Amino acid sequence: MITDWTLWLEWFIKAAVLIFALLGGFAYLTYYERRALARMQTRVGPNRAGPFGLFQPIADAVKLIFKEELTPAKAYKFVFFLAPIITVVPSIVIAAVVPFGRSVNLFGREVNLYLANINVGVLYFMAIAAIAVYGIVLAGWASNSKYAMLGGLRSTAQMISYELSLGISLIPVILLGNSMSMVDIVEKQNGLWFVFLQPVGAVIFWIATLAEVNRAPFDMPEAEQELTAGYHAEYSGMKFALFFMAEYQKMIVICAVTAVFFFGGYLGPGVDRYPLLGPVYMFIKIFVLLFGMIWVRATWPRFRYDRLMTFGWKALVPLSLAIVFITATGILLAEQTNNPMWMWSIPVASVVAGLVPVVTIYQALRRLSYERA
Amino acid sequence: MTLDLALFLLLALIAIASALGMLISRNTVYSALYLVLNFVTVAVFYLLLSAPFIAMVQITVYAGAIMVLFLFVIMLLGAEGLPKSEVLPWQKPLAIGLSVLLFAEAAYLLVTKSRPVGNVLPPAEAVNATENLQQLGIALFRDYLLPFEVVSILLLVAMVGAIVLTKKERKARQ
Repeated sequence: MITDWTLWLEWFIKAAVLIFALLGGFAYLTYYERRALARMQTRVGPNRAGPFGLFQPIADAVKLIFKEELTPAKAYKFVFFLAPIITVVPSIVIAAVVPFGRSVNLFGREVNLYLANINVGVLYFMAIAAIAVYGIVLAGWASNSKYAMLGGLRSTAQMISYELSLGISLIPVILLGNSMSMVDIVEKQNGLWFVFLQPVGAVIFWIATLAEVNRAPFDMPEAEQELTAGYHAEYSGMKFALFFMAEYQKMIVICAVTAVFFFGGYLGPGVDRYPLLGPVYMFIKIFVLLFGMIWVRATWPRFRYDRLMTFGWKALVPLSLAIVFITATGILLAEQTNNPMWMWSIPVASVVAGLVPVVTIYQALRRLSYERA
Repeated sequence: MTLDLALFLLLALIAIASALGMLISRNTVYSALYLVLNFVTVAVFYLLLSAPFIAMVQITVYAGAIMVLFLFVIMLLGAEGLPKSEVLPWQKPLAIGLSVLLFAEAAYLLVTKSRPVGNVLPPAEAVNATENLQQLGIALFRDYLLPFEVVSILLLVAMVGAIVLTKKERKARQ
């Protein structure tokens, strides 16, 4: 039992800082995305409100707060009200296990720069990601409208399919880190990031997380041209803003988790001497990874639905199983022969395995284009 | 009353209420949601018994994957509203009789076979150790390897069976 009230205070402050950082991050991520997308499409983007349009998120928030909220007459009222909340809460709660740095000395006491270091951190991430599906599904169902329903169904099928490869692509990380605690995984990457040891795993994880957060090119659940707005078609005002918020917070958190699993988390030059540099490195890594997400959205068109399913089940799942086998074999060889050079068989074999689906898909697409011509 | 006991009582109340809600609710989607709540409560029970691994697996597998598939099927078939009339007239008395029998059996076993409480609680040090997961893995893959493999073959057979069934149906339709 914890009776130390300062510990409670520390937890409370850390949780509050985390939540406000996510809220602020959400607001300015929308600005970042709109500006970056505009640059890539040779537009200007929002630049009217304040210097460089920096007040645009605040203006948007004010607009959304004062908009009228509509509830469809035949909606299932309680679930309709509950769905945005179920969507937002997991997107914040995931951040609890993300380590942002080692411990620092603040006001004369040791403060760990993470909220919780639980020994099943990776599984916690998977569990909360699994719960996050419900908000979208229920929003689609409770709206009692065809478009919303189709969006909800699509997102269920998609998230279930890609959650598999998401989970399996984390097993190499657990094997390499020899732990399920996120802090241990980061500390194991001191010197060599896991992205170099398991590049294919990083790519699979990246693709699967894009599908999990319904980002382009996996934004089938809210495909504007086909479903108006998909699962949140009937939502307006603050309820719509909550869905929006959940999507962008999930982007931030998932980039943070990717940084932890594959890009060395808070590690970087000089972090041993100045532990406060940890959050700075985390911020830079998240910023770069977010740019990757925006870049993908600006570049790739949306998947066709049957191809999305085929890709998930026939390419990603077998490939992620293969890299689990390759990673385990490499670690075993390195242990048995006492020669750490065997670890380098992991990336080599993984890339060879990864080329198989790439070449297959490329040839299938080429055959298709010949048939059309 | 200790905090653990208070938490247990509160959770037990939620678990029973959600189970009842699942049975009574007329709307299948609400039933499924009550079941999700029930699964999550059971996961919190595992946390209370200091078994975080099983708690997280419970949420990921049952609340996350299986119940989402349930919801998916319910929504796809549009089977939310059950018909008001009883389909089978003898179903209710039979169900009541069987559940009374089950409760009687459970109560009998509880009274005759139950051990003192001390033995039921897990040794907290062993479960809380950081090597918890490694211990679990070693137990699964060394001591209980054969049962583990048998269970995985069983699951594989079920999966292949499901695929075979759906394939046949599709051929017949064409």
